[in-house]
Amino acid sequence: MSVRQLSEVAVGDTIGPVTIPVTRDTLVAYANASGDQNPIHQNEAFARSVGLPDVIAHGMWTMGAAGTVVSDWAGDAGRVVQYGTRFTQPVVVPSSGSEIVVRGVVKSLDSESSLATVELTTTCDGVKVLGRCLAVVRLD
Amino acid sequence: MAVNTDFVGRTYPPSGPYAVDAALVASFAAAVGATDPVHTDAEVARAAGYADVIAPPTMAVRFAQMTDRVYVTDPEAGIDYSRVAHGEQRFVHHRPITAGDEVLGSVTVDQARPAGGHAMIITRTELTTTGGEALATCVSTMVVRGGGE
Repeated sequence: MSVRQLSEVAVGDTIGPVTIPVTRDTLVAYANASGDQNPIHQNEAFARSVGLPDVIAHGMWTMGAAGTVVSDWAGDAGRVVQYGTRFTQPVVVPSSGSEIVVRGVVKSLDSESSLATVELTTTCDGVKVLGRCLAVVRLD
Repeated sequence: MAVNTDFVGRTYPPSGPYAVDAALVASFAAAVGATDPVHTDAEVARAAGYADVIAPPTMAVRFAQMTDRVYVTDPEAGIDYSRVAHGEQRFVHHRPITAGDEVLGSVTVDQARPAGGHAMIITRTELTTTGGEALATCVSTMVVRGGGE
């Protein structure tokens, strides 16, 4: 991949939508890779016992999966210099799986530092699951 | 259990080192669906200017959470970890975490206060290499349900 040129980007440019599937196997893989073995992300009976509707994805899985959309747009995941979000709603993952839909929009550009700020909107079943999700990427 | 507000401003000694290798990077990338070859192909990563394959940006949380454990499990901190929900997460990346890095983490408690029957905790975790090179600043907001009384 090659890194996107700042000169080819304008405020208001849109990214996606990109649909990303998530299954219980995804969450087990994420638990192992991240070290977050909280059973609410793997065990349906446990999740229900603490008042959740079903297994829910790790918020950090959702953040990470959404982040791939802006990394791919930038052309190099190492160009993400800031990334932040609020976790506003859980992504419920029934045994049949689920999916998230990620859209981005360029909010601002700084040509001196080659930085682009992208706001991501991530939904599951039409409900926004990440709030105030902003990534700053350094373009060429 | 009420969160201990005396912990605000406290910085714990560094923890780690946590080793980063190509297999760990590849497994994290696969789990979040990151297909950028800078995570899996050392030649591509080197051509992009990195020493080896680089971690996806949010993989920093693995080391931040390992580091934060010393605080959230501190009996004096008054945190019931079974009631903790992740409210917000922010990363500032100083350079990508790279296979071959030995990561140290240092956590500072920026906030620990009751909030409407719950408790709100903000940790700021600085990740560096064992050589002192800055990797990432990770700021986590956690809500402890029922942790305010």
